[in-house]
Amino acid sequence: MIRLEKRPQPSRAWSMATPLLAVVATMVFGGLLFAALGKNPFVAIQTIFWDPLFGEYSFFYRPQLLVKGAPLVLIAIGLSLGFRAGIWNIGAEGQYIMGALAGAGVGLAFYPLDAWYVFPLMVIAGALGGWAWAMIPGLLKVKFGTNEILVSLMLVYVAELILGSMSTRLLKNPEGYGFPGSRNFNDYPAGNSWIAQDLGMHWGVAAALIAVIFAYVLLNRHMLGFHIRLSGEAPRAARFAGVNPARLILLCLGLAGALAGMAGLFEVAGPAGQINIDFNVGYGFTAIIVAFLGRLNPLGILLAAALMALTYIGGEIAQDNLGLPAAAIQMFQGMLLFFLLALDLLTNYRLRLAVKERT
Amino acid sequence: MDLSDIDPIKLIATLMVAATPLLLAAIGELVVEKAGVLNLGVEGMMITGAISGFAVAVETGSPWLGFLAAAAGGALLSVLFAILTQVALANHVASGLALTLFGLGLSALIGQSYGGQKPPPMAEVDLGPLNDLPVVGPILFGHDPILYLSLGLVAAVWAVLKYSRMGLVLRAVGENHDAAHALGYKVVRIRVLAILFGGACAGLGGAYISLIRVPQWTDGMTAGVGWIALALVVFASWKPWRVLAGAYLFGGVTVLQFNLQGVGIAIPVEYLSMSPYVITIIVLVLLSRDKSSAPGSLGRIFHASS
Repeated sequence: MIRLEKRPQPSRAWSMATPLLAVVATMVFGGLLFAALGKNPFVAIQTIFWDPLFGEYSFFYRPQLLVKGAPLVLIAIGLSLGFRAGIWNIGAEGQYIMGALAGAGVGLAFYPLDAWYVFPLMVIAGALGGWAWAMIPGLLKVKFGTNEILVSLMLVYVAELILGSMSTRLLKNPEGYGFPGSRNFNDYPAGNSWIAQDLGMHWGVAAALIAVIFAYVLLNRHMLGFHIRLSGEAPRAARFAGVNPARLILLCLGLAGALAGMAGLFEVAGPAGQINIDFNVGYGFTAIIVAFLGRLNPLGILLAAALMALTYIGGEIAQDNLGLPAAAIQMFQGMLLFFLLALDLLTNYRLRLAVKERT
Repeated sequence: MDLSDIDPIKLIATLMVAATPLLLAAIGELVVEKAGVLNLGVEGMMITGAISGFAVAVETGSPWLGFLAAAAGGALLSVLFAILTQVALANHVASGLALTLFGLGLSALIGQSYGGQKPPPMAEVDLGPLNDLPVVGPILFGHDPILYLSLGLVAAVWAVLKYSRMGLVLRAVGENHDAAHALGYKVVRIRVLAILFGGACAGLGGAYISLIRVPQWTDGMTAGVGWIALALVVFASWKPWRVLAGAYLFGGVTVLQFNLQGVGIAIPVEYLSMSPYVITIIVLVLLSRDKSSAPGSLGRIFHASS
């Protein structure tokens, strides 16, 4: 009989090892899944994890890694701060949409003005859009004790509907022959987030790296970071240490919203190009997996986002080459989170073989 | 625009249909939460139930088998949640989210070949002359059997929780798992059973959408009903009859906004479609001040150390 014994301290070694084990377990079970779908599991795994990096057309896919990874990093960093403090913002997808709408709205208002300040203003508007959207669950939680999980999630559906309305009415391209969707920012140099499109480099990538460094310093070297960690691990102790919970909630949600909003803006002004009905592709939800897979640690998130970006790209290749359905990748990502959560048992508990004592 | 085009009797009858998925999912989640488990995977279990019910109904031609499969599918997915939270002692919130993400992917995968198909229709309960009664007839009679099942389920859950020994033990586990454990109740076993029940109910609710309400299959067709069900349990203060009232209120909002879209009121469609979500938030705000009725051990991890 196996018995669980709580560790006095979470094991550091297991904490690092579990994400890797989870990835391996996902590959094994994912392989079985692909086999069940009638695909060769080894070819499928190779297509998803190897070909984008080292395959024949990797020169085309490698830049995509930055494009897909940057929004994941930006959003996951923001979410991880909240998750550490026990604040569950799961509506990043909505904040991402609202940031994109606000930023794109500013950009389109200036069109066709060619001035250096257009793009910075768009970034600020994007951050504010996401921030404002995250403040709704934040203020409701602080003022009325409303559950932030449910409110932030409801607001995702609201944001999607606003997106639909905007792309067919207010922000619609007046020269778009009646098709839904805004003007394309790739045709508007002053409002464009690309730095070097061939390399997949845009301002979102730069912002993501800055966010990682910022979060690392905040969590490890700053009093506020200590308060965030303390509130999550020992809420009572945090109260005694003089942490103001309301301020912390607003701060964590606000930061997460602003980062998600910026991610949305960088996406719309570069890789996506325009506001359209199908603009959001679920980065806000995948980022939740990224945050956990990265152990809520900024550097871990960077690695986890790279891996997730890889599965996105590999999944697309597998769709084209092997006819693997897009949903399989989504399931694959969900499975990864399952294994991670299950294996986390080893971080917090010791497995002991219990010998029945005879009396 | 002509508001008199909206027939109030028909409105109430369709409201009940619109509310049933929500009611089924919420009553299941109520039992789960009463046992002290917070399962945020309702949306995932619903959509899995929706596709497994749809697939089986289409393949066998029997909606009854479809609903059976939906309950089994929802319960099967909830086993994963039970393993994560009760055996691997994982965080309830994160596990529930994982369940939803996984369920959405799984359902889209299974549902690939079912787009555009029509499920076999389920016959309405024929009560003969009762159906022809004015006003009462179309409202109370002539619905499908699952709708009546959902009402019966609410009554059963209420009675079991309030009057039976089983209900008392379940509530004890939810209020204080350490005390229940000390009294010798099998906390983990009871919770796993509650989670399975919740999964089956959510699965039924999902299948109600794909087999009766819509009826067809599209990806992500539950569109947040699972999340609204979670909110509903909170603002029903964990009381079964209030869940019923709340579900019908929301059914009313949903149906009314559809009708308003139909008569061409001067509000854009998107803003009308938002109303169920916005109203959920508003009701949550109004009713969330009082948390005293929440089960004491809700969402806490139970580990018997000795």
